[in-house]
Amino acid sequence: MRVEGKGLIDRSQRLSFQFDGNTYRGFGGDTLASALLANDVRHVARSFKYHRARGILTAGSEEPNALVTVGRGPDTDPNVRATVQEIYDGLEARPQNAWPSLGFDLLSVNDLAAPFLGAGFYYKTFMWPRAFWERLYEPFIRRAAGLGALGAEADGDHYEKAYAFCDLLVVGAGPAGLMAALTAARAGARVILADEDFVMGGRLNAETLEIGGAPGHAWAAEAVAELAAMDTVRLMTRTTVTGAYDGGTFGALERVAHHRTRPEGGVKETFWRIVARRSVLAAGALERHIAFRNNDRPGVMMAGAVRAYLNRWGVAPGKAITVFANNDDAHRTARDMVEAGVHVAAVVDSRADAVAQGDYRVIAGSQVTGAEGRRGLEAISVDGPAGSEKIATDCLAVSGGWNPTVHVTCHMNGRPTWSDDIASFVPTPGAIPGMIAAGACNGAFSTAACLAAGASAARESLEALGLRAEDSIVPTAEDAPYAIAPLWAVPGKGRAWLDFQNDVTVKDVKQAAAENYASVEHMKRYTTQGMATDQGKNSNVAALAVLADATGRGIPETGTTTFRPPFGPVALAALGAGAQGTGFAPERKTTSHAASMDMKAPMIAAGLWYRPSYFPRDGETSWRQSCDREVGYVREAVGVCDVSTLGKIDIQGPDAGKLLDFVYTNMFSTLKEGRVRYGLMLREDGFVMDDGTTARLGPAHFVMTTTTAAAGQVMRHLEFVSQALHPEWDVRIMSVTEQWAQFAVAGPQARALLNGMLDQPIDNESWPFMACGAISIGGVTGRLFRISFSGEHAYEVAVPARFGASLFAALVEAADTMGGGAYGMEALNVLRIEKGFITHSEIDGRVTAADIGMARMLSAKKDFIGKTMAARPGLVEQGRAQLVGLKPVGPVRQLTGGAKIYTDGEEPVRAHDQGYVTSVGFSPSFGHFLGLGFVRDGQARHGEVLQMVDHLRDIRTRVEICDPVFLDPEGGRARG
Amino acid sequence: MRIPCPICGARDRREFYYQGAAVALARPAPDAGEAAWDDYLHLRENSAGDLDELWSHDAGCGAWLRVTRNVSSHEVKAAVLARDAS
Amino acid sequence: MRFSGLKILTEGLTGNKGWGPHWRSPEPKPNYDIVLIGGGGHGLATAHYLASVHGITNVAVLERGYLGGGNVGRNTTIVRANYMLPGNSEFYSHSLKLWEGLEEDLNFNVMHSQRGIINLVHSDGQRDAFVRRGNTMRAQGDDAEMLTPGDLRKLLPMIDFDQTRVPIFGGLYHRRGGTARHDAVAWGFARSASNRGVDLIQQCEVTGIDVENGVVRGVQTTRGPIRAKKIGMVAAGRSSQVAAMAGLRLPIESHVLQAFVTEGLKPCLDHVVTYGMGHFYISQSDKGGLVFGGDLDMYASYASRGNLPLVEHVSEAAMTLMPVLGKARMLRSWGGVMDMSPDGSFIIDKTDIEGLFVNCGWCYGGFKATPASGHTFAHLLATGQPHETTVRHRLDRFRTGRGIMDEEATGSQHNLH
Repeated sequence: MRVEGKGLIDRSQRLSFQFDGNTYRGFGGDTLASALLANDVRHVARSFKYHRARGILTAGSEEPNALVTVGRGPDTDPNVRATVQEIYDGLEARPQNAWPSLGFDLLSVNDLAAPFLGAGFYYKTFMWPRAFWERLYEPFIRRAAGLGALGAEADGDHYEKAYAFCDLLVVGAGPAGLMAALTAARAGARVILADEDFVMGGRLNAETLEIGGAPGHAWAAEAVAELAAMDTVRLMTRTTVTGAYDGGTFGALERVAHHRTRPEGGVKETFWRIVARRSVLAAGALERHIAFRNNDRPGVMMAGAVRAYLNRWGVAPGKAITVFANNDDAHRTARDMVEAGVHVAAVVDSRADAVAQGDYRVIAGSQVTGAEGRRGLEAISVDGPAGSEKIATDCLAVSGGWNPTVHVTCHMNGRPTWSDDIASFVPTPGAIPGMIAAGACNGAFSTAACLAAGASAARESLEALGLRAEDSIVPTAEDAPYAIAPLWAVPGKGRAWLDFQNDVTVKDVKQAAAENYASVEHMKRYTTQGMATDQGKNSNVAALAVLADATGRGIPETGTTTFRPPFGPVALAALGAGAQGTGFAPERKTTSHAASMDMKAPMIAAGLWYRPSYFPRDGETSWRQSCDREVGYVREAVGVCDVSTLGKIDIQGPDAGKLLDFVYTNMFSTLKEGRVRYGLMLREDGFVMDDGTTARLGPAHFVMTTTTAAAGQVMRHLEFVSQALHPEWDVRIMSVTEQWAQFAVAGPQARALLNGMLDQPIDNESWPFMACGAISIGGVTGRLFRISFSGEHAYEVAVPARFGASLFAALVEAADTMGGGAYGMEALNVLRIEKGFITHSEIDGRVTAADIGMARMLSAKKDFIGKTMAARPGLVEQGRAQLVGLKPVGPVRQLTGGAKIYTDGEEPVRAHDQGYVTSVGFSPSFGHFLGLGFVRDGQARHGEVLQMVDHLRDIRTRVEICDPVFLDPEGGRARG
Repeated sequence: MRIPCPICGARDRREFYYQGAAVALARPAPDAGEAAWDDYLHLRENSAGDLDELWSHDAGCGAWLRVTRNVSSHEVKAAVLARDAS
Repeated sequence: MRFSGLKILTEGLTGNKGWGPHWRSPEPKPNYDIVLIGGGGHGLATAHYLASVHGITNVAVLERGYLGGGNVGRNTTIVRANYMLPGNSEFYSHSLKLWEGLEEDLNFNVMHSQRGIINLVHSDGQRDAFVRRGNTMRAQGDDAEMLTPGDLRKLLPMIDFDQTRVPIFGGLYHRRGGTARHDAVAWGFARSASNRGVDLIQQCEVTGIDVENGVVRGVQTTRGPIRAKKIGMVAAGRSSQVAAMAGLRLPIESHVLQAFVTEGLKPCLDHVVTYGMGHFYISQSDKGGLVFGGDLDMYASYASRGNLPLVEHVSEAAMTLMPVLGKARMLRSWGGVMDMSPDGSFIIDKTDIEGLFVNCGWCYGGFKATPASGHTFAHLLATGQPHETTVRHRLDRFRTGRGIMDEEATGSQHNLH
């Protein structure tokens, strides 16, 4: 019900929204919660376990009850707190976790079965028969659990991430935060002030307190205006600081557009990484409940929230308000209500010396023992010195005191400190480096104390920043003492709620203690206390007190559970902004990418790169046809392939040879200028890291190639060796992978093709096998390497990347005229298997040089990375799996990668395991499949027949072990 | 976490590659023996206090750094170029 | 007390007054046959199997905090037997079989749910690698199938097959893989061990290990000295500190691994899905929270908390793979301290000190190993001989190079596994 003349809402702005299929009206500045209360809607949700009817409990982001689903289709947004959601024209919200309807929820039957569903009941049953867990019990539990449902369509909203930097981050814009921000900003500090709410001011907007003689909310507005006028200040409303991380880094979620219809292409949320040299936490405090029978009924609310609805939103959440409290602060609710003309039926105060602070009835030394009204509060039972009575009420405002919002101070493993003065926890100083807690979040509850603490925290921060604070004047304000007598749970029969959403009651906590789940962590995990969406913000301290009582310990000895980030839940779309679709990782494309696409080549991912799989021709119906044709180009004419993705590392300096000798197992310092050598690289643990060729272009100039996959790793490795192990070597290293486009030209016609394009023709004398050097092609200076990954007479020609596209086109066009053409990864793979050349399928990180038949490449003349550890007994002993060639000899002619090799004639089980297949391809040159694989002691077993079994593809055949070099073992083709 | 790169200034952790304890700077001689090499590559003090470790400013200047950092609090206490540390 | 549906019924009807402690909280005795340092999942499982298989009950489990407070209580609850390399393959196969009888063995519902694990495949090469892994699993007697993209579209409609950054070629499906309720595993083992006579001593930190002439004699603790004939160090996350008390250095570097859970949601994901190229995996708990994680934070840490780069990376992987999860809200993040070994595989072995045994190096794979770790460590402690599934998991394998089990094939850099 609206109260005339109250509230900070804009009554000129009339808005219409829907909840649960009904249309309601509200005003600008309303939240969904305030607007529903204004429309007398009290039952808005169902609880998690017992599906009990629930209403709005709080007025903030800590709300455990009033969770709703907003929007439809790809905009479906479940678990939205009605207390945070601002209303706008067209807002559509609906209840969740209720079926078939909010009013009649079938699973509310759980509530009747509560005696059997107490803490941890599921650990004790559902064990028989075994198979029923997956088939019956668990599916039922899963369907009953959960809150809202995700939409079935991908998120239709746009999210962003951003960085911000400042001298001082102030978290929370209540009196302490505003005062801190003012003090720091006036001294010239770069300040970010962030607040969850859409209006800054914090509790000043919810109270009738004054600052410097003006209404608190007016002072707040003035402070905000002053800050907004300074260009060193960034004000961030609707922004929750979600976590404190190392090095002064904070996460913060800005809800950019939850309060309006989504503009096309507009940003919904931004996740900020804020780096602050110093920070002030001014996060305020959260009011806590008192447990009594049926204290979860709709209409039972927090006292501070009831008063916030009145003072900020002009809403009386009931017609006959009652208050139940153990402290003075809650009396403000009664006083404000009375002053606004709302009937206050009674204030039940557990303290015997409680007195009225206005024109209302106080029942001192008494307790509320129960609430009635299943869908909405109707009456409360009160027990006290004067006996028992029942009081009719539709809204009970409860305050068990206030808990400082210490959460962020615990994000770096800090534990809060118990304070007897306020019967709650306060932050432990220094828990977050550079952060000072000020105001209510530090246990200072009066407005004057908050203002003073904010100013003082800012001054201390300024000093650390080397800035001088002006003598700021802290305005006068209310400075009432915080008088509280702890009361956690009212004794008595029946169920009294602690964690509302998860339906954890006082009984559950006591049962956990009785079952020796006496550690606070055990109790939490056994009962699920504090594990709901509010992460125990409303209930943890009270539950701890109940546990302490049940185990005969004090609260400080009982300890707390750990508050972890995020402070408030954050959508994955915000944390993962930009990654949807292809945004997850950069896409690397070669200079021939467009041409390959034009040729309709299917592209495959190779790390971040895209490479053409094959180049289909008209009439070809399978990739195999294309692949076979392309293999034929290379074996019989000439093929062209973009090999630019291989890592290229430029190495220069007088000591370049030393570096190469140290990182390769074989010698490079002896390599002649104008020559290329194959090199093998080990990790320091003696296993093969990578292989490739290195060319010597000058006396102190080498160019190394790496495999595509290991380019980054090798680059970093070279930098490590040269910077960290041998800084005395005069050598510099640079990755030039992106700078050079490089193409293989392979096949008997390779030289003929090149000679048609090179400005100076070459011959076998000037460019023998493994020669390299500068060339000019079409007037462009490039490099030519006579190397071969196919076993054919082949070259790789490199030009600056800007000429790559045109060179590729020219090469392919020339090849076409010679009966050849472009070839892709499939053909490249077959070509190299025919020659027994390895890739990372073979050197997978677990093999030694000897395993791949390259023991002779380990130079005895020098030290190199990996040399010592490669000599460990386990790396050189008999019995290791060694690289072999595999030929099908059974009736089934197919070989498959990943198949296992077993002793012929034996069951294909572990005991008969002999090895595995790493690479296979159909060889058009041989007319059957060829394979590479690893077989135990395989180098000595050529000619032996074993069985190959691929359980997963259901293929079995017999294979003959042979040398891995199938084609041209003498190497005559490459030299020709 | 922010690492003060001696060349670039303080940068977010995500610009750096982490290798591990800075024992990797003291590579044993090839004939130092099994125990020395086991120490170098495998065995670790792994105490819960300050640790000298190796980071590479991969997404920045490419420098390898020896960073002194507390592995319980994550406080970064110093960073020098590995080139100068070894 | 035996737990059953009937017991719940009778207790419910009589006011739930009959529930007693699930385990005793005894004072430590001065002498034990075996002292286990660490009351996490593996320590409690070891205690259970020492008592139930070997009849050794004069055993104490010493825990400096609360039972199950380490990684058994802060993981992503995945249970699987899909390892590729000899040693690991048979060990995890053994473990999965123990899981399948665990509830009966413990009379405690650990909610072991064989909902199936799907490892997504992103390239032809990776398919072959996964096929090899699957074939190894089959050779070991476990289950593995290769799913086609068509199969996956039916099983996992929430994946954005057409636009995700890394293509999806198929998936390795391990039907017997799944999840379990992590805390319940610790509690079930604790209850069983305690009922069989093992003393579980909480708030008891070991401050020294007494060794005389190369033989272990006992431990010093915050609750006084305790003598023991044998001591098992089973304190993953703190292995190096415990071993240092006996003068040992371990091949371990400690790292933090984060994990995440969203708010509760109605069921939308039935399987455990791993997305290797994105370093991301996800499942949905019975309470409705999406439980997910990724890679290590990658720097040495004892802080059991992480930083934003990894939080964001994991969320980015979620968004490219399953954009329908966009409006799921991350509710909580946490970190566990991992014993990272130089080959990514664990160590269960004797030490050079007589009577001192070590169980460590679980990297981030310890949860699914809990039953078999306890079972095989108990075997070693009781018989002095390694169980047949842990003969390769020796402490000296890095020095000798024999039996290295490098599943990730990344070499001896601890954090890369």
